[in-house]
Parts: sequence; C-alpha cells; structure tokens
Amino acid sequence: MSALLEVEKLEVTFGGRTAAVRGASFTVERGETHCLVGESGCGKSVTALSVMDLLARGAERRAGRLAFEGQDLRGLSDSAMARLRGNEMAMIFQEPMTSLNPAYTVGSQMTEGLRRHKKVSQREATDRAVDLLGRVGITAPGLRLGQFPHQLSGGLRQRVMIAMALMCEPKLLIADEPTTALDVTVQAQILRLLATLQRDLGLGLLLITHDLGIVARIATRVSVMYAGEVVESAATADLFANPRHPYTQGLLRCVPVPGKTRRDEPLGSIPGTVPRIGPGFEGCAFRDRCSFADETCARAIPRHSAGSTHDFLCRLPA
Amino acid sequence: MKRGWRNAGTWVGAAIVGVAAFCAIFAPLLVPHDPFAQDLGKRLLVPFWMEGTDPQHLLGTDQLGRDYLARLIYGARISMLIGVTVSIVSGLIGITLGVLGGFMGGRVDDIVLFAITTRLSIPVVLVALAVVGLLGSSMTLLVLTLGLLLWDRFAVVARSTTMQVRNLDFVSAAWCAGCSRFRILTREVLPNIASHLVVVATLEIALAILLEAALSFLGLGVPPPLPSWGLMISEARDYMFFSPWVIMIPGIVLFVLVLGINLLGDGLRDTFGARHP
Amino acid sequence: MSAAIEVKGVRKTFRVKGGLMGKDRHVVACDDVSFSVAEGGVLGVVGESGCGKSTLARLILGLLEPDSGEITVEGQRVLAMDRKARARLIQPVFQDPFASLNPMARISDIVAMPLVAQGTFGRAEIAAKVEEMLERVGLSKEQGTRLPAELSGGQRQRVAIARALVLRPRIVVCDEPTSALDVSVQAQILNLLAELRREFNLTYLFISHNLAVVEHVASDVAVMYLGRFVERQPTETLFAKPEHPYTQALLASVLTPQPGLGVPDVGLGDTLPDPANIPPGCRFHPRCPIAEPRCSVETPPLKPRPGGGVECLLVP
Repeated sequence: MSALLEVEKLEVTFGGRTAAVRGASFTVERGETHCLVGESGCGKSVTALSVMDLLARGAERRAGRLAFEGQDLRGLSDSAMARLRGNEMAMIFQEPMTSLNPAYTVGSQMTEGLRRHKKVSQREATDRAVDLLGRVGITAPGLRLGQFPHQLSGGLRQRVMIAMALMCEPKLLIADEPTTALDVTVQAQILRLLATLQRDLGLGLLLITHDLGIVARIATRVSVMYAGEVVESAATADLFANPRHPYTQGLLRCVPVPGKTRRDEPLGSIPGTVPRIGPGFEGCAFRDRCSFADETCARAIPRHSAGSTHDFLCRLPA
Repeated sequence: MKRGWRNAGTWVGAAIVGVAAFCAIFAPLLVPHDPFAQDLGKRLLVPFWMEGTDPQHLLGTDQLGRDYLARLIYGARISMLIGVTVSIVSGLIGITLGVLGGFMGGRVDDIVLFAITTRLSIPVVLVALAVVGLLGSSMTLLVLTLGLLLWDRFAVVARSTTMQVRNLDFVSAAWCAGCSRFRILTREVLPNIASHLVVVATLEIALAILLEAALSFLGLGVPPPLPSWGLMISEARDYMFFSPWVIMIPGIVLFVLVLGINLLGDGLRDTFGARHP
Repeated sequence: MSAAIEVKGVRKTFRVKGGLMGKDRHVVACDDVSFSVAEGGVLGVVGESGCGKSTLARLILGLLEPDSGEITVEGQRVLAMDRKARARLIQPVFQDPFASLNPMARISDIVAMPLVAQGTFGRAEIAAKVEEMLERVGLSKEQGTRLPAELSGGQRQRVAIARALVLRPRIVVCDEPTSALDVSVQAQILNLLAELRREFNLTYLFISHNLAVVEHVASDVAVMYLGRFVERQPTETLFAKPEHPYTQALLASVLTPQPGLGVPDVGLGDTLPDPANIPPGCRFHPRCPIAEPRCSVETPPLKPRPGGGVECLLVP
C-alpha cells in the first residue's frame, strides 16, 4: 500500500525569479506526525500550500511525484482537487482569525463543508460539530456554535479551526504554524490536543513549525528545511540525538534550554543570514554560513544516508 | 511599491498632467496668437476638422474673434495656478490642524475634530458665491476663499495617518532618545505621512479646478478678459446652438485634465499605499 | 547599594470606550506593582499577552504616566527628569524591528538620533560614535547608508540596539527583543545583548513570553498575571521550585527540544483572562487547577521569599 502523502522533487518558483522550494522530497505515512521545520523563508509554508494546491497566482509548481494515497495530484482538475481538499485532506493556519469568515457563525461554517462533501442533513452535521467541539476541549459547545469568530479568544478560535478541519474525517491534516500566534500555555494545550486527536483518529499530520521544542515533543519524523531544500530527514529521536547536517547541528545549539544552557556562556549561533536563492543555484545553499565549507560545496551535493531512515544533504560523509 | 506605475492609467494621468503643466508654464512661448487680441472680422471661425476653417486658427475663434487655441492654453495656466495655490493654502491649514490633532490627542484633538465637523457643514459653493458676490471677483480672493474652505480632507487624512504613526515603536524610540516634540513631528511623523498627503493634494487640485470653473461659469470666478475655461464655457453659452465647438472644446479639456489628475492620484495612492505598516 | 530601577505601588488603567450604548470599561494593565532591580542585574518579566508587561516597560521608560505610584531610575523620578537626562540614563529595545525603525531614515541617522537630540555633540564626533557603535553591534559602515527596508530582521534589531546604546545609558528596557526573530538570529541577538551588558555594565529589564530565553538571560524572574507580579524569585529558585500554580503552568508549557517527553498537560481550562474584568479574590482562581473556594473571596497576600515573594493563598 502506498504512503499517505508522497512528495518528490517538489519545486516552486514565483514569477521565475525566486525559487521558494528547490527539490524537496518527503513522505507522510498513515498515522504519523511529520514535522517540516525551518526558519522563515525556508519554503516550509509554500511546500504545505503547494500540496493543497493553494499557491498564490504567479507561483509555478513542478514535482517528480506528488501523490495522496497513490493518487497523482499533479494532473487533478480544480473540481477534483476541491473535492479532496477539506474532505480527505484538511489544513489549519497560523492565524485562525483570517481563516474564519467573520460574517458567519461558528456553527454554519463548521457544518457547511460536511454538508457539501458528505451530503448529510443539517441535523446530523450539527450533532457532529457539537461532538467535535467537545473533543477539542471546548466546554459549552452548543453555545459556541451560535457565536461569531470575533467573540472567541485566539485559543478558542484555533480549537474551532481544528474541529472544523476534522468535520469530514480527513486522512491528512496539514497544520501550518498552528500555535505561533498563541500564548505559551495555550500553545501547549493546542499541541497536546493535536497529538491526542492524531493518535485517536489515526490521522496523518504534517506539522509546519519553526520551533524545535514543538518538533521534539510531537513529531514521529522530522524534515529540516533550509533555503527550499530538505537538508536532513530522520526519525525524531535520531535527529535530536545524532544530527548530521551542520545546519541542524547549529540550529540545535541556538536554542536555550533551561537547566542545560548556562547563563554566562553564549548560545551557539549560526553566523550570517539566509541567502536569497534564484533558479539555477548550484551546490550547498548553507555553505556561506557553514564552518566546514570548502570549495567542493559549490558543486552538486550528494545525499548521504545514516541508517535506513536517516538521510542528509552534505558533502561530508556519513 | 511600484504597483501604481504598472498601471496604464497612471501613465495616462501623468501624461495629461504633464502636458497641462507644460502648457501652463510655457504658455507665452506656445501660443500662436495673443489670447486677448480681438478681431471682430474673424468671429466664431470653425476649428480644423470642420469645413471653412482658417489655417491660422487651429481651433477657430470665439465670439470676439480671439484665437481659441491661445485662450485654451492660457486657460490651462489659470486652472493649474488656481489648483496648485488653492491646495497649498488648504494643505497648510489642513495638515497643520490634522497633524496637531492626531499627535497631541486629548483636548487639542477635540478642537480639531470640532473644526473639521464645522467645516464639513459649510456649503462650499454657497459661501464662495457669497464672498465673491460681496467683495467682487479677483484671483487672489478666489484662491483664498477656496483655500480656506477646502482643507477638510487634508485635515482628516493628516490626523488619521498621524495617529497611526504616533503609536509606532520608532516614535516611542525617538521620545526615549530625548528628541523634542518638534523634531519628532518634523523628522519622524511628517516624512511617513507625506505620501498620503500627496495623494490628497492631487484630489484637491482637481476639485479646486472644477470649483473655479463652476464659479467662473457663474461669473463669480476670475474676472474677464482672463481666459479661464469656466469663463470660456460661460461666454460660449449664447452661441452653443450654432457654434457648439465653442462650448465643447473647453468642456472636454476640463474633463480630460481633471480625469488625468485623478488617474495620477490613484496611481500615486497605489504606489505609496503598500509602503506603510 | 542603590537600586537601578525602583517601582513602588504603580497602578495604570486604560479606559476603553464602550461605543454608543456601552459603558466605558477600565482595563487594568498594572495593579499595584512594586519591585526593584539592582545595579547590573537583569530582571526578566514573563507573562501572557495582555498581562501588562509592555505597559510596565512604557511606564519605566517614561512614555506613560502611572495613575498612582512612583518609578525612580538611579534614584531620580522618571517623569521629573529632563528628556535629555533621561535619554542618557535609560533606553529601549522594542520587539518588532520593522516598526521600531523609521522607514524613511538612513541607518546612520537612526543611530545618531539620540546624540543629535542631546545637542552637545559636534558633527564629526557624532559620525565617529555612530560608526564605532555600528561596528560594535556587527554592522558595516556601508550598511549605515542604507534604509531599514534593505536590512534583514536581525540586522534591524542590531540597529535598534546600537541606537539604544550610543549614549551609553545605564539601563536598557528590552521589550520582547527577540520574539520576532528566527531561532538562529535570536541566539545572535541574545549573545550580543549579553556581551554588551558585561562590557558597559548595564542593567536590563527583559520582557519576554519565552521562559527559556528569560532563564538564559535573567538573574531574577517576575511572573506577571493580569497586571500583578504573582511570583518573583531569583532565576535558579524559580525554575527549580516554582511555587505559584501559574508559574508552574508556565514552566510546564515550555517545550524544550527533548524528544520522548510528549506535550505536557498544563492543567488550565479554556477560559482566558480578561484584563477588563478581573476576578475577585485571587485573580488566577478561574484557571487554577488547585483552586479552593476561599480563593475566589480572599485576596492573596504577598508571602515574602529571599529575593522576591509569592502571591498565593495555598503556599505556606
């Protein structure tokens, strides 16, 4: 049986000038949480949007393979894609306020998708909405159904978004920085909720984040993105115990950890800033910031493997 | 940021305004004839596209035999002069009030808001008519009257943009740096609202040009024999049935110039609009 | 030894207009806050959005006037000081490096601004000081001729730091200085702030919602909830043995990059605090996992601890 989501050699360019994603490949298996982690501008959000076929106009998507449950998404018509989106695969975004329509109640927005995709009655749809709002930890779900988005706090809105995404029982949930706009305590609650739902419903979860703490706590597999490429991919424990790519190593040293990093000692840091990459760029995009770099890094970089599930993109041998 | 300039309308507007400005500045060098010279033997000659035209007068002549093209070009001078001076006067009043209200807040802002509301409840054309009717018509009086009446949009935009900028962190940082209030206003706030004010200025110029034409049409604008477009339309009224071009030509030119200014204003708004947080 | 920052019983509320029919509401941002920061110390202030931590920063910078209470910096009342004298003493670094630099001004002019405002420096002197400061924060002279839009987020925050330090102040108020930055850039900026503090012997008030960052930079930590310091302790003590249930929840929600631990249950409900409607008794009781009936009636007293205190009825 084929994997839930297969992405191979994904490339996205904007107006032929900026290459946002450059040959990213990864696979999301059924029932696993796969994290795409990277800094701003690394192409992680664009990757998510291109899987959902939600890229802005002017963006061009190419891929060696882009398949959902073995079904090729590349040649799919707009209407076939729309049937898949929100039904089989759902997405939640960073800022829940902008993804909820302020003019409609929570209830009508939640039931709309289910009624369109599954052709159920309003009664059944409302029952499911109440049930799901309860599952995402909202006390008084009946009351919330009649409310408008602006009457909810940020944390509640994100819970509503999650419940809404689950209405049609999708197999794949893509979450793009779902907790970045939230306070720390609410962030922990929402992530715990996502992890629980993922396990209980057997969802495939593709989580996009910049926060290594979130990755460590929630992911089964991690793909580290840098300048539009997946530079390292491994099972979570393996990646944190044994990071191989210099960028991953640098990133892990940057994060202060209470009890581990010492106040009087500087944090590890990566010098410089992320380069702007145009099409036709050759070699390793990290070489200007890498302490191991030499002239061979300007050539094509081989993908090394460190064990069956761990590979990385660096000229340094495994 | 360059979005406005990708739009063809902006270029058309800029071209129209450019031509008008060029005509206004170099009018004495451009005109083929003295716009004030009457020649009663050549009254109401037809323009070049009609039969029986005089090659000396491309756009024909008016009821007193004055060259229509020359008067049109001098009219651009009057229109642009009035448009620009009126918006300078109204801009000075409106921006000062708006920036003060938006920046100081509190009591000052209440007073400014009251002034804006009061001004909005004054019927501009009526007051202008009354003033000119009482004191007689002259260019200076017209500019001052319109300038004193048309500052409201400057004030509203200056006030709201100042309020936005005032709350940004770089203004807080300037306070903390020990800058004086005057310095913060002139160096931190004004440069960041200037682009919005330029857009308002284009709209106000267009409005002032139209109002001048209207007042001149009613005989209360610039005094004859100055060749204002409004005055030309007014003087052409009696001849419009047999010589329709004498009313059509200044009418169309007025329409095209105001359209051009508005197109340019839209383009400038799009150009600057995306630049602010 | 004198305290660098001394805050006594400061209260600040904002009036929010209630619209045509509604009543005006009072949002409490700071409610009887008192603390002091010793010379050369770093007080970290943590709390969720809307807890009043940014208002506190603005009060200390003299950008806002407290309703009551007194704030002194190096023994002088903030609001009584001349603006130039205050600028030589205390400077800010704000969160958003996009909004904290004038988009129409050149980098070198931005950094020169505090010097120009003093009115006592010559042009050559200003240019030399600006260049030296830019170099110190890791920016080239050439970058000084650019506009803020031409720099990256991290570089802009370096500019903001250069502007704050060019007058060699004694105290820097950092309001979420790294929250808008990527992790690798955050580390650079935190390291720079730490170096500069040692070099110029600065006192920091460091406001952040990120406890891991605060733990790394602060010598003392204050936890703010709905306008009050509910717990204040030296950093080691607070992280080793948090006493207030809210501090415990905050610490539990820090997700350190350690795989296998899962996401902890922080034990707070789905209701969020509303600063316009502060609950009676202990203001944390509606969310508190261990609240007792008396928590909704009695106001918790400050129970002193070495170098701080806790406001909770349920701790000894």
